[in-house]
Amino acid sequence: MSDQQPRNEARRVLLDPLIDNNPITLQILGICSALAVTTKVSTALVMSLSVIVVLAASCAAISLIRHHLPRGIRIIVQVTIIASFVIVVDLVLQAFLYEISKQLSVFVSLIVTNCIVLGRTEGFATKNPVGLSVLDGIGNGLGYSLILIAVGAIRELFGSGSLLGTEVLPLTGEGGWFTPVGIMLLPPSAFFIIGLMIWAIRSWKTVQVEVREFSIRTSEERR
Amino acid sequence: MSDGSKKGWLQRFAEMPNERPAKALLVAFGVSLVCAVIVSVAAVLLEPLHRANKERDRQQRIAEIVERLPGSEELLGAAEAAKITTEMVELATGNLVRSIDPASYDQRAAASDPAQSVAIPKEYDIAGVKRRAKFAPVTFVERQGQVELIILPVHGAGYASTIYGFLALRGDGNTVVALSIFEHAETPGLGAEVASKDWLGKWPGKRVRDDSGAIRIGVIKGRVEPGSPSAAYQVDGISGATRTSDGVTKFLRFWLGEYGFGPFLERIRS
Repeated sequence: MSDQQPRNEARRVLLDPLIDNNPITLQILGICSALAVTTKVSTALVMSLSVIVVLAASCAAISLIRHHLPRGIRIIVQVTIIASFVIVVDLVLQAFLYEISKQLSVFVSLIVTNCIVLGRTEGFATKNPVGLSVLDGIGNGLGYSLILIAVGAIRELFGSGSLLGTEVLPLTGEGGWFTPVGIMLLPPSAFFIIGLMIWAIRSWKTVQVEVREFSIRTSEERR
Repeated sequence: MSDGSKKGWLQRFAEMPNERPAKALLVAFGVSLVCAVIVSVAAVLLEPLHRANKERDRQQRIAEIVERLPGSEELLGAAEAAKITTEMVELATGNLVRSIDPASYDQRAAASDPAQSVAIPKEYDIAGVKRRAKFAPVTFVERQGQVELIILPVHGAGYASTIYGFLALRGDGNTVVALSIFEHAETPGLGAEVASKDWLGKWPGKRVRDDSGAIRIGVIKGRVEPGSPSAAYQVDGISGATRTSDGVTKFLRFWLGEYGFGPFLERIRS
């Protein structure tokens, strides 16, 4: 019974960010990259993997030194560590996945400023042991990935009629029947898709609906 | 009693209270050091792979230019009839040099090595190139013993970055077949148009020199008037990117001129 407790804790830390506490749909973080790299599933996949690696590594490193982080410089130290891992990931992508890294261009470097990463290291890794912090990092990375890949799949399917580069819906331009939806290839479509996802998730899990800070009074009430 | 002095430095560091400024300095220094080592090791280890990727990219650009050549269907259809070779050119004299292997020659590294490069006098350095390598790789496409295409590597300062590209000329050395830009970091949406297919598509057919031998090719402000006598030398400017447009004009004129491929092209023409 006694080891049931930490195992539940680990499970919760890993799985909670997938739907119940998803960094994109609940916390609305990391939107910028979610718009930019989701025109295709392949870029979304590589971006997701990069974020998971950076998150897990940064959470581990920061949790490791959490007792020796002077308060005054803790954010600087965290950003330095995150930035180093991001550079390493970027270099690895340029070496082994050159074509995709060209398409991702600046967005891999911008993981440094992704609020999800600093949010997790500052909010969780500085207060929790290494094992849990890594799980938390991976969990949040997976939550981010889930949305990114879903958005990427919808945009690639309806924007280019393919998934991961293989044709699913034959395009009219090539003798098929499917007319691609142009807006799917433009960033605003990701906004709409994420918006619809948030709506769907909140209709399903009503706990996530925020309490209104104030409501507009009707003319009846005003009288 | 002397317990404190026997403790290792790591332990003493660990016991230091976090509020001490010395601890903050030590943590900052330690973290920076470890991060610097990790990043440097990754950069050094992966360098050969990055280089190979860039080189493959460069060769692909050349292949793309060749494809864009007029009548490329026949050319590609009869691949054995078209001979593609890369030769080294000594820029100062325009002579071909056989002793250097173009595949292993790194023009950019050579340009920063004083032994392999020359400083360009200020009055000639219109494109902000500063130093240029003594040799440059030139790719020839031959068909039936006739040089169809000469591909020259060119670069120079744009607005926010150095722009790298290839200029493909006809065998006469005076007619542009294509301009291709493969590396730049100009402003997205404005100067970055320099690498767009639309804009690069305006280059084919433009002429480099007029009958008197003066280099006339260049990008102008606004649109080219189709009827004007200069239209054969001019390309529309990129709107909102005057500095980038000027940069292209300047580096093309530099590389086609006396300190660039001028002597080599002179030999081709005569």
